[in-house]
Order: sequence, then structure tokens, then C-alpha cells
Amino acid sequence: MKIRVYVSLKPGVLDPQGRAVHHALDGLGFEGVEDVRIGRFIELDMADGTTDEALESMCEKLLANTVIEDYRIEKVER
Amino acid sequence: MSFRAAVVTFPGSNCDRDMAVALERASGAPALRVWHGDADLPERLDFIALPGGFSYGDYLRSGAMAANSPIMRAVSREAERGVPVLGVCNGFQILTEAGLLPGALMRNASQNFICRTAELRVENARSLFTAGYEEGQLIDIPVAHHDGNYFADNDTLDRIEGEGQVVFRYTSNCNGSQRDIAGVLNSAGNVLGMMPHPERAVDPAHGGTDGLALFTNAVGALVEG
Repeated sequence: MKIRVYVSLKPGVLDPQGRAVHHALDGLGFEGVEDVRIGRFIELDMADGTTDEALESMCEKLLANTVIEDYRIEKVER
Repeated sequence: MSFRAAVVTFPGSNCDRDMAVALERASGAPALRVWHGDADLPERLDFIALPGGFSYGDYLRSGAMAANSPIMRAVSREAERGVPVLGVCNGFQILTEAGLLPGALMRNASQNFICRTAELRVENARSLFTAGYEEGQLIDIPVAHHDGNYFADNDTLDRIEGEGQVVFRYTSNCNGSQRDIAGVLNSAGNVLGMMPHPERAVDPAHGGTDGLALFTNAVGALVEG
């Protein structure tokens, strides 16, 4: 099965990269952009039957830094 | 008995030799060099240093891959036993990623790589690493980093400030760090992480020697102890 992990900075944590992109969008003349947050998308091919616990453990131990980041796991059945 | 310090080299470390030179200058004994893939550290170490650089190309997050390398399990064990551990720049990032220090280091608020001399205030001169300085002393130490923006939640910040774990603060905040924090200790006081590079200020030819006292004090205290 395919696993998608979305890692994003926690609300309230300054995202300078997002701010720079926001600024660039403004510069291009796009109106109505209220905020931009940049995250990370990680796709994993996992053996069928991988447990939720294993996936969460992977996120907690390596894929996200839970001091500053939240993560969301999405399963895509083949 | 001679002073036994180890400097760990990760793929992408680039300040490991400077760190070894600073330790040798302070102790008179050559530092032992350790590779990230080693499972064990040399025995009877007095000091462990994690140098600056870009371990694993900063993939995923700065320090994240290195924090999970084989040698870090041994470093964590030694840190828990009380062996002093110094992490500078990427070494600081590795120590936070490994959970040996509170907080996290994020991209500089300015988005710029910063390479210049920073003025620091010594906030706690009672630690093994800082007792060679006066409380409140201003020292000039070079910084060179892209991810030096120290973050921790307010409860953690209040706690570490209250416990004297904030040992260095920027007098002029260069990277967006919460409360101008440049260096933090663990609660036991034997693990120090800092973004500025004391090993780049140990020789007059470096333009300053304000970093030397950190090494000489630690070596002196550990040799006498």
C-alpha cells in the first residue's frame, strides 16, 4: 500500500519560507492570498498490513520533528 | 593521565578538524576521531564533541539523519552517564533532534545564510563549559548557519530559563531565535548545544580568542576532577 505523510509546521510557528512565497505571490499580482505555509510530502511504499502503530512511530522518530511540526498520515490502497 | 576527547565525524561534517584542533590546544592531547557509522565510542572518554557541518546534506531536517546514526546511540548512553557533550552548529541541531537537548532549530527567520561574528552574553557562568567566563560577559564568536532559529514552546522556554539552562544569548538576534537564545544546556548540565562556533575563536589568527575559555575551562575542570 502507498502511504502519504504530510508534515507541516505547527500553527503559530513562524514559517519564513511560506512568508517569502507569500511575498512573491503578492509581487506577481495574485490577490487574496492571506497566508502561505510550506510543508513536506513524503510518499512511502509499504508492505500490506503495516500497522498504524508502525507508521506513527516512523513519523514520531524521524519523519516529523514533533517539537515544531504536525504530521498527517494518508493511506492509499493499491 | 591524559585528556581523552572524541570528535565525531558525520558524512558532511566540515568543522571536525577545527574542533579537534581546539580540543588539542586546550588539553595538549590529540582528540580521538570517531566515524558516524561506528557502533561504539572509545573507552574512558572525558569529552565528546559533535562538530558543525551539514551532516547527510541536511536531508529531511538539519541533524535529523545524524541523530539516528549508530554512533548517536553510544553518545546518548555516555551523555546519560554524565560525560560532557558539546554540540556546535550542526552538532547542536543533532543534539536537539536526538532529544538530548530541549527545543528545535528552524530555518533562520531572514531566510539568509548568516556568516559573521556575533556578540554573545554569557548568561550562566556556573556550568562546566562556561565557568571560564564572567556572568554577563560579552564575547565575540563567529556564526555560520542557515538553520539556527531556536524554537521551543513558552513552557519549555520558561523552564529552561528558570533552571539556568540558557547559557548564551545573542546581544543582537541574527536568526530569529526565541528569546535571543544562542546556547542551551541539558538539565543535568553536561550537554551543551550552541549555534556559534567557539572552535573558530581559539587563535589570534582567527581574529579573536573568546572561544578558547570554553575548552580550557572544561578540560581543566575534568582533568582536576
